[in-house]
Order: sequence, then C-alpha cells, then structure tokens
Amino acid sequence: MSLNRREFLGIGAAVTAGAAIAPGIRLIELVQARSLEEAASAQQRWGLLIDTNKCTRNCTACVDACFVENGIGNKGRPATDPQWIRKIETKDPSTGYTHSLPVLCQHCDYPPCVDVCPTGASMKRADGIVLVDKHICIGCRFCMMACPYKARSFVHEVITDQKAYAPRGKGTVESCTLCVHKIDRGDGTTACTEACNKGGHQAIIFGDLKDPNSEISKSLREKGGRQIRADLKLNTGIRYQGL
Amino acid sequence: MSKIQYDTIEGRSTGFLMLLGIFGAMVLAALGASYFMEHNGHYVTGMSNQIVWGTPHVFAVFLIVAASGALNVSSIGTVFGKAMYKPLSRLSNVLSLTLLTGGLMVLVLDLGRPDRIIIAMTYYNFKSIFAWNMILYNGFFVIVGIYLWTLMDHNVKGYARTAGMAAFIWRLTLTTGTGSIFGFLVAREAYDAAIMAPMFIIMSFSFGLAFYLLVLMAAYTWTGRPLGDAVVTRLKNLLGVFVASVLYFVLVYHLTNLYVTEHHGVERFILLDGGIYTQLFWIGQVIIGGIVPLLIFFTPAFGKSRAVLSLGAVLVILGGLAQMYVIIIGGQAYPLSMFPGMEVSSSFYDGVVANYTPTLAEVLLGLGGIGLALAATTFALKVLPLLPHSLADKIADPHYKAESA
Repeated sequence: MSLNRREFLGIGAAVTAGAAIAPGIRLIELVQARSLEEAASAQQRWGLLIDTNKCTRNCTACVDACFVENGIGNKGRPATDPQWIRKIETKDPSTGYTHSLPVLCQHCDYPPCVDVCPTGASMKRADGIVLVDKHICIGCRFCMMACPYKARSFVHEVITDQKAYAPRGKGTVESCTLCVHKIDRGDGTTACTEACNKGGHQAIIFGDLKDPNSEISKSLREKGGRQIRADLKLNTGIRYQGL
Repeated sequence: MSKIQYDTIEGRSTGFLMLLGIFGAMVLAALGASYFMEHNGHYVTGMSNQIVWGTPHVFAVFLIVAASGALNVSSIGTVFGKAMYKPLSRLSNVLSLTLLTGGLMVLVLDLGRPDRIIIAMTYYNFKSIFAWNMILYNGFFVIVGIYLWTLMDHNVKGYARTAGMAAFIWRLTLTTGTGSIFGFLVAREAYDAAIMAPMFIIMSFSFGLAFYLLVLMAAYTWTGRPLGDAVVTRLKNLLGVFVASVLYFVLVYHLTNLYVTEHHGVERFILLDGGIYTQLFWIGQVIIGGIVPLLIFFTPAFGKSRAVLSLGAVLVILGGLAQMYVIIIGGQAYPLSMFPGMEVSSSFYDGVVANYTPTLAEVLLGLGGIGLALAATTFALKVLPLLPHSLADKIADPHYKAESA
C-alpha cells in the first residue's frame, strides 16, 4: 500500500491532533474524578436524561442494577421495602396511550425535602446531588411527606450486608444518591445508566447539565426534555423525553 | 366575688392512687410499645412508605394542638381581663404544659431514631417549619412556666399580664407552626392550604377547652369541691362556639377545594368514597365531634347535667381525633398526582389509595401521650395549689347576686 503525499499529510495531521487532544480528554476525566477531601463543585450539575420512548415496559434492568449496586435488599414486604428507583406505567385514559418510565429522586434544584428537614440531614451538594446525611437524620419522615415524587423510603427494619460506600440505617430515610460514590471516583455514570446501556436500550444519559458540550446537554438542546411536575418549578436534575 | 383560696388536693385516697395507677399504666404501655417498634423497626406497625405518619402522629398532633388551646382559659382571664376566668388560670397553664409533654412524648417515641433527639435540639434548618416548632415547643414550656409563676407567686404577680400576653402570642404562633406542617406541603393535594394554620388554631381552642372542662369537672367532683353553674355554663357555651367555628373552617376548606377542579379527586375521596376516611369524616368528625356536642351544649335541658356536658366534651375530643385521622392519614392515603390526567401503576403503590391499619403498638403509644398528660396533671394538682377551694357561684361569678337579695 502506497500513500501519496496528500494522504500522508492528512493521516499525519489526524494522528497528531489525536495525540494532542487525548491527554486533554484524560485531563478532563482527572478533573472530574474528585478526591474525597475535595468538596463537590458548583461547576457541575449532575443529572439524567431518560428517553421514555426507549424504555421497555417490562424491563427493570435499571431498578435491579440500582438495588445490587447500593445493597438494597428485599424482605418480601412491598409496603415497607425501600425502592430508590421504580418503574411507573402510565396510561392516558382518553386515548389508551401507555408509557413506561423509571422514577427516582429527581435531584431538584429547589428540593422540598431539604426545605422541610428539621436537622439539615436532607441536603443538596454543590453539584446538585440531593442526599440524606444518615448521621443526623432523626427519622421524622417529613421529607417523605414533602417529596412530590414519592422518591424516598424509610428504613423499616434492620439492614444487613450494606455496601461501605452506600451507608444505610434502620430508622432513617434514604433515596437515590445518583450513585454519588461512582461519580466521586470518576466513573462518569450511574448503575442505572450502565445497566440500561448494557441492555441495549440506551434510554438513560448521565451527564453534567452545566456543560454545554456534554451529551446530556446536547440532547436536551436538540430534542428537549420535560420535568415531572414542572409546575412546581423545582428545576429537577432528572429530565424526560417522550413524556 | 370574694378572695380566692387555692389549695392542693389531698391525694391520698384510693381513687387518687387508682387514677395515677391507670395513667401510669398507660405511660408504661406506651414505652413498651415504643420499644417494640424501635427494636424491630417500623415494619411492625401499620405505617409504610405510603403512610409515613400513622396513628402516633394523630395523637401527637392532637395533643400538641389541644395543649395550646388549654391555655386559652388562662389567656381570657389575664390578657382579656375577664374576672371569672382568673381563678381558672393556674389549671389552664398546667394542663397546657402536660398536654404538650404528652404530645411530644408520642412524637419523639415515633421517630425513626428517638435516641437522636439531642440532634434535633442542636442542628437546626431554619427553613424547616419542624425546626421552628422545636423552638416553639421548648419556648412554650419556658414562657408558660414563667407565666404560671407570676400567677402563683404574689411577689411577681405584677408581671402576670405581660407574661400572659407573651404566652398568648407564643401559643398562637405555636399552633400556626403546627398547622403549617401540613399547610406547607405543596405536593399533597389534601394539604398545601394556608387555611390549615388558622383552622388548627380554632381546633386548638375547641380540643383544649374540652380537655380543660373535663379535667375541671372531674377534679371538683372527685374532691367534693363546689363548682357552680356559672363557671361550667360559661365554659360549655364557649366550647359550643369553638365547636361551631371548627365546623365553619372545615366547611370553608372543603368548599375552596371543591371549587378547584383539580382537587375534585381528593375531595371525592374524603367526602364520598374514601371508605374509612369518609366514615370518620361524616360520622366521627362532623356528627360525633360537631353536631351532637352542639346539640348537647345548646339544648337548655342538657345544660344542667354535668354528666351530659362531660359526654359532650368527650365527644369533642373523639371527634377531634377523628378529624386528625382524616387530615393526617386520609391526606396521605390519597395518591400523589405525579402525572396529572394519567392512570399510573407501579410496584411502589403509585396511583392507588394506600392501605393503613393501625396496630396495637401505635394505639398504645398514642394513648400513652394522653396518659402522661393526665398523670402529670393529677400529680401537679397534689403538689401545687392550682385549684380554688371553691368555684361556687357566689365565689366565682363576678355578677353573682344572692337570690334572697
């Protein structure tokens, strides 16, 4: 195989550009992988974009992956077993049009759970992730009363086999952490997103809503995205397409 | 109206000890119930991720609301200067403190982590109405305590009006805070209404006075002290006005909701087809807690019978508990509207009315709050001179005229 001068220069330029950019991309990853000592930064706002048209009715891959990742056991008591993420089926009674979508903590910009929490255990990190500080949660459940998305669960019984990175405790309230441990170690994804991709659905995009070049921002810009209960003006970090 | 003589009750009779024994047993049962719930976790109760506040909250909120209302008798005497109410003030203060203690005991023992109560006292999120309430509850003890001191110590009685005014303002704020726990919940259709705060205030007037009237009549009857019709008639008429006012607020609340089409679902649920909640609303809250007491209090034939009046006050309390049950549990049982206009279903009970059946442990914990309030009141009557020796008409009624005169 012989190359003419023009082809050689073209390939050379591409290789050079790649070599120059690659460390830059790697650098961005390094910047994103924050150490535990470093505070979360308001430079980012993590979120998910869920395309409900790609979400299959009987698929629970995201739910299953979340439960495994975060060590959420099932005691066979559905009324009290925690669910950090669940599949909701909707049906328009006038047309019969149905939809299936995962609902989880919407990581609101103005979270009602944080507003009502008496001790400040419910809190929002600078990067938009809404969490419960299990050390100061008194288990009053006011946040569960306030959440418009029924996204929170109360731990109704003793928990065993916890994951070290996802501490939980009887008598406290918990909800989706947006796999904060994965974000903090720089995985750049969540368990639900990974599972959905692995299943070939590609219905969930994880990313930085503040980065205009992120996939999530681009998709939102191009195809739009809605919030559940947008009327409440909570500016949720979880957006949906096809709703 | 002659000078009022206060004294303690003797508190040695078998009846007194039995009373303390019964109330004490209620408290012990509550502690046992709480240990059972906390040891196993809340799954042993009727509460769930759908009904997160259950029967203990019904009792706790009821008692906290009644507590602030029980102070009213005292406020009428001191702040509004009504002479007849002044001798009634000490008991009013004490009852408000004990009812609040009972309510808070239930509230705290139902927490997921009651052992962390010190955290609730030291970590404050000032945007939370719950955090404000903790300050309001603690402040209530201090302010009403000081107010009681000004009522009982002649050296400081000059401050009684100031302390009474402070306590009155504080108690209105406190009940506003309690009502706002529900009023500020934007996402739930049964709540999210500013009328919750004033409605809770008028409910407190009613429930608190019902407790007061019962305790007063029981204390005077069981200790053989004279309690004239002037005081009892005045209090029962006032209670009647409060009961009617509660009904009025309930009517306005529902009419407002009924005018808004999006709330028709939740209104239909409470008023028509909500099963136990509809029954508790109409039979418990409206008929037993409202209409029947009104008939009792304003039918002249019943006005003279202490037994019938006691029944009326008991019905106000039962109706109040029913009202709390409808508000707290009925309001949660109705599903959240996440996708308006859509039918929804999930493995997490979305879109369906939540099931809730109170368990024995929850009821015992709630009743323990009443037990603690009454045990503390009974004990206080023995150790503090709270009750006038006589409330016979010629002593208590400022407008008393001897019939022979």
